[in-house]
Amino acid sequence: MSTTPIDGGLGCPSQLAPPAHDQTRADPAPFVQDKDGEKSLELAVTGARCAGCISKIEGSLTALPGVTAARLNLSSGKLHVAWRGELKSRDITETVADLGYTAVPFDPTAAEQEADEHGRFLLRCLAVAGFASANIMLLSVSVWATNGEEMGEATRALLHLVSALIAIPAVAFAGRPFFSSAWNALRRRRANMDVPISLAVVLAVGVSLFESMNGGEHAYFDAAVMLLFFLLIGRWLDHRLRRRARSAAHDLLALQATTAVRLDDRGHAEAITAKQIAVGDRLVLQPGGRLPVNAKVLEGRSDIDTAFLTGESAPQVAAPDDHLFAGTQNISGRLIVEATADMAGSLLSDLIRLVETGQQAKDRYTMLADKAARLYVPVVHTLAAVTLAGWLLLGAELREAIMAATAVLIITCPCALGLATPAVQVVATGQLFRRGILVKSGNALERLARCRHIVFDKTGTLTTGRLDWINQGDLGPEDFRAVAALSRTGLHPVARSIAEVAGSGAIADDVTEVPGEGIKGVVDGLGVRLGRARFVGADEPQTPAEGTTAWLKIDGKAPQELHFRDSIRSDSAKTIQDLTQAELTVSLLSGDHPHAVASVAESLGINDYRAEVTPVAKADHLEERKRDGAVAMVGDGINDAPALALADVSLSPGSAADAAQSAADLVYQTGGISAVYAAWRMAVRARRRILQNFAFAAAYNMVAAPLAMAGYVSPLIAALAMSGSSLVVTLNALGLMRGDKT
Amino acid sequence: MNALLFLLPIALILGGLGVAAFFWALKDDQFSDPQGAAERILLDDDQELEGSNTDR
Repeated sequence: MSTTPIDGGLGCPSQLAPPAHDQTRADPAPFVQDKDGEKSLELAVTGARCAGCISKIEGSLTALPGVTAARLNLSSGKLHVAWRGELKSRDITETVADLGYTAVPFDPTAAEQEADEHGRFLLRCLAVAGFASANIMLLSVSVWATNGEEMGEATRALLHLVSALIAIPAVAFAGRPFFSSAWNALRRRRANMDVPISLAVVLAVGVSLFESMNGGEHAYFDAAVMLLFFLLIGRWLDHRLRRRARSAAHDLLALQATTAVRLDDRGHAEAITAKQIAVGDRLVLQPGGRLPVNAKVLEGRSDIDTAFLTGESAPQVAAPDDHLFAGTQNISGRLIVEATADMAGSLLSDLIRLVETGQQAKDRYTMLADKAARLYVPVVHTLAAVTLAGWLLLGAELREAIMAATAVLIITCPCALGLATPAVQVVATGQLFRRGILVKSGNALERLARCRHIVFDKTGTLTTGRLDWINQGDLGPEDFRAVAALSRTGLHPVARSIAEVAGSGAIADDVTEVPGEGIKGVVDGLGVRLGRARFVGADEPQTPAEGTTAWLKIDGKAPQELHFRDSIRSDSAKTIQDLTQAELTVSLLSGDHPHAVASVAESLGINDYRAEVTPVAKADHLEERKRDGAVAMVGDGINDAPALALADVSLSPGSAADAAQSAADLVYQTGGISAVYAAWRMAVRARRRILQNFAFAAAYNMVAAPLAMAGYVSPLIAALAMSGSSLVVTLNALGLMRGDKT
Repeated sequence: MNALLFLLPIALILGGLGVAAFFWALKDDQFSDPQGAAERILLDDDQELEGSNTDR
């Protein structure tokens, strides 16, 4: 399962090899949708990133017989293929795979189907508000520029009237998101941010209409519409952010569209979706395949990788009557298994419950913006009411008093506040996305910024989950050549790690792989065996050595012991150091054996570690940690999923088990764990910018509100103040794009 | 000032056309794949429109 280089034809300039995926070989047939003979299939394509990729993929697919449409959406990586006739769906995935990309069937029913109607609605409102504010501003500027001297009263009245004609329908159209939300809140006898906004807009238009009808000098049409425009920008950014996060979560679900091969009574194989597996089904599990449900082995022997499930790095042996859990991966031999549970019943029910309770706790988190809004709404209402009462008490006319109160509402309206958070978050998630870090929930960054402690899983997170050969120096050059030749043909992690060290070269003859035992073959006329002690005829050692061991036996020589260790990712030590320097505390929780965990922890400088932790114990440990402050969890296994869900914020690598990726808030595709530090840095910087924006908005209001209450805010000043504050807040957010200074 | 009487409607109609064009583009799914659209412009070979498959 090495990565496939992209070659031939129009090369992709990025030269990035698509990540290896175990489902590449899955038959997508069960996911084909058939509508009156027109068949279609949705695939998630990884590795495509330029025009060359589009033309290669679409070109070779349309060249297949019967294909009527092939369209790759580069932004979402989704490929839609439609065809008529006898073409096999498997040919489609293989055509794409042959080009060097991975294509995984995508279950469109699990993905979000709605075409983002609300987003479009907001965009339409935004367009109308933008159009109206630009045009009204054009008219208003000419009124302000003449200073009331050169322009006749009739002309001014005409300009105000035209403004009103633009503003009234525009407000009625573009104000709907605010009006309906405010109305809903009021019906439930609550006040949200949209209540003062709606009030300000409606009052401003009403008062201005009254003024311009009576030949008054001041009209706030521009302010009302511009207010909507700025707020809609914030709304739309916020919506897009949430939607992107939500669709990332949905896409992960849709990508769990795993397939299985079922044997019917007569022994015929048939591809089905994992969801269709029923208890008692006989399934074929090929080497490299991952088991979608809990099952019992009927026939065959093989090594299986349970790292996702238990965190254990060394493979186990599966023989008939052994029970296997969903999520284990078959390594060497073909197995026939009987499903003992369906998809829903397969994850331990405990795990599911833990994941769900963890998620609920996260949903209860209140975002900074909501906290600010709660403070803000009563203050604004009070200020406006005080202004109205004050002016009336001082003997002003009702008209004047209402004008002043409206000015207060407009000027304090949360343009800056509405943009403060979404602008920063859009920039921050965009920056992280470019570095291959996907933020899956809207408030994940805020939660991450609060964390002072990070819990890591070992296998697959701090380590690569692959074995590293540590005593290759003990072997003579000839023995090395022999074991390399034998290993190049093997599938077992031990063989793969030797082959990786040896590079390409000659391969052994007459190779047979005995699942659960080892591999044997002939090199230069001599029989070579690699595997367990009893397989090569050596004595089983009394004390098990640290890590994984394998034995090598070459005809005519004594057996030799080879040692392997789960290899630590190249950037793990640096990342742990960076995190500790940033005054975060780090700990390690693993399901692996104590000696394996201890050696990793020691070489990374982690003092706080625990081994042989069960999934439930991981979650309990997290719960305990949370009492001392917010905790982040980084993990990749199914056994980590409850802990990931329970942590205040969780991260998982793109290579993680589906359950872990679904439970995590951030998924990073970068391979190393430096993404954890990068994400934390960005989260902290983003929070600082958000707080700066709030501070600015508060300072602005402290200056502007008294002016408005005193009646000094003319339409010109209102327009300047509003656009100026929004601009400052947005520019501050954009500052996140500049290097890592603040 | 009489110029205003026809300049204002012209300005509004032109602006309105812009908004209408944006509405149409939104409805026509032109914003569903911004990255793809940016890259596709670099493809210089003629391709059949989606849905019209002829042997090439």
